[in-house]
Amino acid sequence: MVLYDLTLSELRAGLDRREFSSVEATQAFLARVAATDERINAFITVCAETALDAAAAADRRLAEGGAAPLTGIPLAMKDIFNTLGVRTTCASKILANYVSPYDATAFARVKAQGAVLLGKVNMDEFAMGSSNENSAYGAVRNPWDTARVPGGSSGGSAACVAARQAPAALGTDTGGSIRQPAAHCGVVGLKPTYGRVSRYGVIAYASSLDQVGPVTRDVRDCALLLQAIAGYDPLDSTSVDLPVPDYSSALQPDLKGVRIGLPREYFIDGLDADVRAAMERAVATCKALGAELVEVSLPHTEYAVACYYLIATAEASSNLARYDSVRFGHRTTGPGNLIETYSRSRDEGFGSEVKRRIMLGTYALSSGYYDAYYLKAQKVRTLIRQDFLDAFEKVDVILGPVAPTPAFCLGEKTADPLQMYLSDIFTIPVNLAGTCAMSLPGGFSGQGIPIGLQLIGKPFAEEQILRAAFAFEQATEWHKRKANI
Amino acid sequence: MNYEVVIGLEVHVQLTTKTKIFCGCSTAFGQAPNSQTCPVCLGLPGALPVLNAQAVEFAIRTGLATNCTIAPQSVFARKNYFYPDLPKGYQISQYELPTCQRGWLDIEGEWGTKRIGITRIHMEEDAGKLVHGELPGSSQSSFVDLNRAGTPLLEVVSEPDLRSADEAVAYLKKLHQIVVYLGVCDGNLEEGSFRCDANVSLRPVGQVEFGTRAEIKNVNSFRFVKQAIEYEIERQADVLDAGGKVVQETRLYDPQTGMTRSMRGKEEAHDYRYFPDPDLVPLEVDAAWVARERALLPELPDARRARYQAELGLSAYDAEVLTAERPLAEYFEACLALLPGQAKGVANWVMGEVTRKLNDGGLSITQSPVTPKLLTDLLKLIDAGTISGKIAKTVFDEMWATGQEPARIVEEQGLMQVSDSGAIEAIVDEVLAASVAQVEQYRGGNDKVFGFFVGQVMKASKGKANPALVNELLKKKLGG
Repeated sequence: MVLYDLTLSELRAGLDRREFSSVEATQAFLARVAATDERINAFITVCAETALDAAAAADRRLAEGGAAPLTGIPLAMKDIFNTLGVRTTCASKILANYVSPYDATAFARVKAQGAVLLGKVNMDEFAMGSSNENSAYGAVRNPWDTARVPGGSSGGSAACVAARQAPAALGTDTGGSIRQPAAHCGVVGLKPTYGRVSRYGVIAYASSLDQVGPVTRDVRDCALLLQAIAGYDPLDSTSVDLPVPDYSSALQPDLKGVRIGLPREYFIDGLDADVRAAMERAVATCKALGAELVEVSLPHTEYAVACYYLIATAEASSNLARYDSVRFGHRTTGPGNLIETYSRSRDEGFGSEVKRRIMLGTYALSSGYYDAYYLKAQKVRTLIRQDFLDAFEKVDVILGPVAPTPAFCLGEKTADPLQMYLSDIFTIPVNLAGTCAMSLPGGFSGQGIPIGLQLIGKPFAEEQILRAAFAFEQATEWHKRKANI
Repeated sequence: MNYEVVIGLEVHVQLTTKTKIFCGCSTAFGQAPNSQTCPVCLGLPGALPVLNAQAVEFAIRTGLATNCTIAPQSVFARKNYFYPDLPKGYQISQYELPTCQRGWLDIEGEWGTKRIGITRIHMEEDAGKLVHGELPGSSQSSFVDLNRAGTPLLEVVSEPDLRSADEAVAYLKKLHQIVVYLGVCDGNLEEGSFRCDANVSLRPVGQVEFGTRAEIKNVNSFRFVKQAIEYEIERQADVLDAGGKVVQETRLYDPQTGMTRSMRGKEEAHDYRYFPDPDLVPLEVDAAWVARERALLPELPDARRARYQAELGLSAYDAEVLTAERPLAEYFEACLALLPGQAKGVANWVMGEVTRKLNDGGLSITQSPVTPKLLTDLLKLIDAGTISGKIAKTVFDEMWATGQEPARIVEEQGLMQVSDSGAIEAIVDEVLAASVAQVEQYRGGNDKVFGFFVGQVMKASKGKANPALVNELLKKKLGG
């Protein structure tokens, strides 16, 4: 048995049957990281020593009985989650040596169950990017083809799961940052409804859009991991106090009575032919599983990217003001007065995409421009949300592509930020609407690169997309293919 | 030229909540630097604010007490600027939708009663404090203390309805009195619990448009407010008289010189890039919540003062003095509850002996060793004729020093009033026998000498003789 090939559920079963210990599983994944990460660069920090200590503690807990669903399960965390005692860089030079004095709620919850932190994984700096090329710790490579990007910003989370360096990871999704890399790396990623999972302790990029979610090998694991992190947190005013359903019990192998909407704005001319073919096959599969397919319209889709890049950057410009070198983070060694210290420290500490977004957002909020940009974008956001609510009057789940193309090559879009931004056209509207959506393996391109299928659900109806995803997964073999790394 | 003065005030009121506005840290003053901090008020990455309900309650009460409308929905906004005492690089405040809107206060003075509009009252967090080179060997350094960061503040913004420095001070004192009465602020001006910025402009009498204003920052006493505004009025008048223009700017008041000086001009003014804080949901205050807070409001000074005059028959002066501070009014009312119908007598004692002793000892009324129960026990002894009013003052001093019950002091020291006419008659006879010359004067028509005899008798009786009986007996004997 190759332990690192096991899914989270398989590891759970093996641990419960004492076929192997958490220490053995953890060692297997750490060895896999050591063997492969030179080619992938998924990890910023590997927690070899503390992981083995945590695994040993989990083994004792298993022996004593009273294990939780994640006891002894190795996990990787996007380096955006504050983790007590382990440095948290957010893939930025400005936080190169930052060690948090507290745990993010999502991490605290998996830790309390006895999950084992393997390490902190790479990402686009401050979650700003769609290719994981914007990292101060180097680009991440796609395990299916190391010439290609893994997607971003949770590129490390998706790549480490695809490379079987970890059975699962947590990521964050602000405009597609879980779903798009999950699609590009052929794994499952879910962005919960805004407010479903606490943002406390997650380094903020765009506060009204950021949401924590799981990245896993299959849908069953996705339900398990979501279960562990979902639910109200008094430390996050925007988290919502609604009961959390039992996600695993919602999984069913068919789609009888499920109405699936196909938004005409997501099946546009510019769609890559392989992606289109994968979508058509997926539609046929759903039909065969008993779903009713309905065409729907999300008429304001074309404004989503522009709307997103005003709101997200405006919030980011304010969120990133705290990196002023006064209390923590990189401080310039050069002499200077207060203003010079601020600007030099930030100039040295932030990468170019981060600077670009801070400037865009500062401009959008400036006196005289606020109404034309930020306020207008908020109005458009309301319309986009209404698009989804209208569509969900007619259907239970919306199906479409995650990205217009499979993973592109490193360097292919770095010269043209606008082209890069447009690769998020099908994921961004979901964040603006605040609802939930997931990506799951939906096929492969002619060159063997994974293609993701997106399922979008009603607000706080994660169990409905998980059910549809599970039925689709049961009827297909895509998720069983493994990247050859 | 003749100018009309136009003043609007922005007052920062520090709330007396136990914890900070967006985290659970203590608001205690004077603790070791940065000991009252957590990831939230330090602005650490990933930390999020959670609104303190008590701060909202205090804001609602202040709004109600100043006749504001309480907004059913208000929104927190970020005010963005860089400064080392501002950990997040923005201050959480309220901008377009503050919690309290459109109120007013009445101020009294030589102008009669004048109504001053309150534009808004909004909630916000305070910044930290910078300490410059105060540690050994660190003259080149500045230190940041974030204990104060996140302390809840209310900013009370008046309409430009004030027309003189005296009106401005009257408004400030009224507002100060109300927030202290409400218990939402300790009112401590030295510690910065109540701070004022003044917007001052002049316009030629008769002109409708406002002149250009200067904002004077951070004036921390009523006296300084008066000085700063008066200086600023004179300065602006000089500029205008010389044909110049007042520059829109922020000015700093220097209490050493009594002058204001330019701090920054309009072009250096910050663009704060306000926008709604996405980390906080809109604050919803429904009618039931407003009603709950309204029910908790104490009787406010104006209403109390009117009642003291109308129902208790006190003079305007007495009513003003007794209601100036809530604890004094409550002390007075507690006494009155134990001694109903004797408002004037109680008022005289509270404003007289009690206040004198408090002032001598630098104490506040809540620290008075003579409780309302003890004071009214003493007054009852006077009423019953057990002791004279004069002796009562001696007993009161003893009570103040020892905290003992008046009856016990009277008994132990034998201070009971002597109303036994036989005993008093004996003293009167003694006094008259020893004062032959004065008796002759009196009988010769000098009525003024009567007081001398009274004094002598009281002295001989150690003050205990019943004054009415003494008078009666003296008149009888001298007349005979």
